[in-house]
Amino acid sequence: MFNYYLRLARISILKHWGLSLLMILAIGLGIGATMTTVTVNYLMSANPIPHKSEQLYYVQLDSWDVNDPFDEGQNPPDQLTYTDSTNLMKAKKAFRQNVQAQAYAVIEPNDPEILPMIVNARANSADFFAMFDVPFIYGNAWSNQADDNKELVVVLNKETNEKIFGGKNSVGESIRIDGNVFQVVGVIDHWQPKPRFYDISTGAFNETEDIFVPFNLIAEEKMRMSGNTNCWKPTGDGFEAFLASECIWTQFWVELKTEQDKDDYLNFLNAYVEEQKQYGRFLRPMDNRLSTVTQWLEVQEVVADDARIMMTMSFMFLIVCLLNTVGLLLAKFLGKAPEIGLRQALGASKSTLFFQYIIEAGCIGFAGGLLGLFFAFWGLIGIETLYGDYMQNLATLDLNMMALAIAISFFATIIAGIYPTWRACKVQPSHQLKSQ
Amino acid sequence: MIEIGLIVRALLRNKIGALLIALQIALTMTIMVNAIFMIQDRQSQMQRESGLDEANTFYLTNTVFGKDYNLQAEMQTDLNSIRKTPGVIDALQINAIPLSGGGWSMSLQHEPGDDKDTIGSAVYMVDDHAINTLGVELLAGTNFSAEDIEWRVDGQSTWPSKTIITKAFAEQLYPDNWETALGKTIYISQNQPMQVIGIIKTLQAPWNGWGGVERSMLVPFQMETQSSYYFIRTESGRRDELMPIIEKTLAESNKERIIRRVTTLEETRKRSYRRHNATNKILTTVVITLTLITGFGIVGLAIFSINRRTKQIGTRRAIGATKWQVMRYFLVENFLISCVGVIIGIAGAIALNMWLVKTFNLTPIGFELIAFGAVALFIVGQLAVLYPAKKAALIPPATATRTV
Repeated sequence: MFNYYLRLARISILKHWGLSLLMILAIGLGIGATMTTVTVNYLMSANPIPHKSEQLYYVQLDSWDVNDPFDEGQNPPDQLTYTDSTNLMKAKKAFRQNVQAQAYAVIEPNDPEILPMIVNARANSADFFAMFDVPFIYGNAWSNQADDNKELVVVLNKETNEKIFGGKNSVGESIRIDGNVFQVVGVIDHWQPKPRFYDISTGAFNETEDIFVPFNLIAEEKMRMSGNTNCWKPTGDGFEAFLASECIWTQFWVELKTEQDKDDYLNFLNAYVEEQKQYGRFLRPMDNRLSTVTQWLEVQEVVADDARIMMTMSFMFLIVCLLNTVGLLLAKFLGKAPEIGLRQALGASKSTLFFQYIIEAGCIGFAGGLLGLFFAFWGLIGIETLYGDYMQNLATLDLNMMALAIAISFFATIIAGIYPTWRACKVQPSHQLKSQ
Repeated sequence: MIEIGLIVRALLRNKIGALLIALQIALTMTIMVNAIFMIQDRQSQMQRESGLDEANTFYLTNTVFGKDYNLQAEMQTDLNSIRKTPGVIDALQINAIPLSGGGWSMSLQHEPGDDKDTIGSAVYMVDDHAINTLGVELLAGTNFSAEDIEWRVDGQSTWPSKTIITKAFAEQLYPDNWETALGKTIYISQNQPMQVIGIIKTLQAPWNGWGGVERSMLVPFQMETQSSYYFIRTESGRRDELMPIIEKTLAESNKERIIRRVTTLEETRKRSYRRHNATNKILTTVVITLTLITGFGIVGLAIFSINRRTKQIGTRRAIGATKWQVMRYFLVENFLISCVGVIIGIAGAIALNMWLVKTFNLTPIGFELIAFGAVALFIVGQLAVLYPAKKAALIPPATATRTV
């Protein structure tokens, strides 16, 4: 029976092909727009490190101006001073800890054929790699001793290793960075968490860095920091004075295994701030925070307003498309009243009729859904080309989203088809037969 | 319009069908009005002037990596050679590029002290070639002289004693009369005095989304630093030809540095407003598609309802209705449905706008736009129903005599 109804549906759809096309197109566009925006929002709010996002904590301390709070008093500063992050680092109170900043450098390859190149660098602690599950192809992270001894070691990413060493195992090789000779200790595989949660201060969807070097090299002036620096108090002259200043430019992450560890660490932070108050620092009320990865992304509003507005609008768009479909299906089915009357007179039950017409509606929905997927695919490509860097790494149609698209369009059309079908089944056979 | 009552009664017999169209019109209007509003808002932001001679300006990044590099002397050599290149109007070293998204800001105040109210401003470190290179208009006061220019080393905390500020900044400092700012002393870094020696018309800050984007100040500093921008203004129309020439000359004159990111200001503007542009394109597409879908939906439904009423229309024609009267019936019917749709639509548009204002801090919508949306949808409705109505008018009176 199902196949027979499918055949009937095909005949009916083809008979009013213009109308069917309009319905399929409308559903397709609605689904396409919705899927595109839902995917963008879904990826923007994705958990980039699900298995340990609740064990990684971003540290915030309120070291800001007593007269003029940071962020209008809503949140403590989004980064730490050099003084605080190095003190926390030395204390080593967490299972793992990482202090980091953004940096850049010029690499002068040994091969004179290759031109010097500017690379984005991350200056971080040894624990960075283990904390954030960075995959290595060759070698390993540097040791904690290398951090303490300010050794000139570097971890390259796959692409940089490709450019400089032609992709071979470069562990143990030396490489000239900003005039100093560094030793390669590891090469990481392609790694692009979305969002790039470990540092969203300059854009949540930026590329990961080309090279990774020990954080302490910044203080040694062997690596040049970049990224955001924010100051509230005038600083003295020179780099030493800058490091000792109240300017915030470092980020601090800790890994804590249990809730108990978290409470202990927060107590430790509070004690630390109390102690610093003796030196005339931290004049604001105590406001130290530990945010998990998901909390941090939420606080920093990684999902762009634009994306949320677009999603709301696309859902309304889908509703318009569905109203359109309901209206057209209703008109179409009512137009079939004589046919329905005849079938009822010949003994078709209401449930068979209902089944038949809901199958026709479902077919249109399914076709619309497929078309919608196609539109969503192009929509995402369109978004990536239009927005460029800002939404890079976001335009990928993932399997969950595809299944969701088909499901939404199928059920939406069934729902859209129910009322017209029900109306069609209410046709009075006697009335219809009489008028013929 | 005697038949209005008749049409209403006929509509009430098929309430749901009419209501569906009305709802569709209402939602279309809700989205359309708000989308156009957002488009206009972005458009007006994009139209603000940066104050620069954008069409004839480009810049590049000069990054030094050599160990024994005479930063001061080499920079002077670079600038002299660029300035002497035929076709170049002027050039300078600068710490930040307007609209580029990255730069410096400082807080300024009327009186020294660490508990005074401050006003934020973007800081551009330039020399006495600034007015000419940037192409900004000096409204009052004077330019820096060559003696005003000081060297600044990385991490230096002291500031020069003179500054040139934008008119918008002067207005913020002296709301009663911006011209009084000239010659006044303001304080930077809480307690360092700076005298305002000039006021320029417009120079935007590097951040287009910042509320104080029109507030900038020029500071007479040349930077002794390893990475800075060279900002170059060319004669009209010669920018593209000079870009590779200057890049090559600089790159070859000294190998201990990298010349990179040679960028025109037009590109920077484009990148700066890329999100605005993208969102506007998407919103425009949404508005157009939505209007088309609604329009075609109306066409489809009208054709159906006319097909169902073929016999009645024939009868009307047979008892004396003119073609125009038949057409008018459908036009009026559509108008009535549109009325209901537009009324719901006005409420919807305002509600959506209120939500957007509350959630995303957008500004409230203007009345003109709502009126525009209403008129637009009436027109769409009438246009959409025109073709089916014409077809209906062509139904011959003889149909009345036939069965089916």
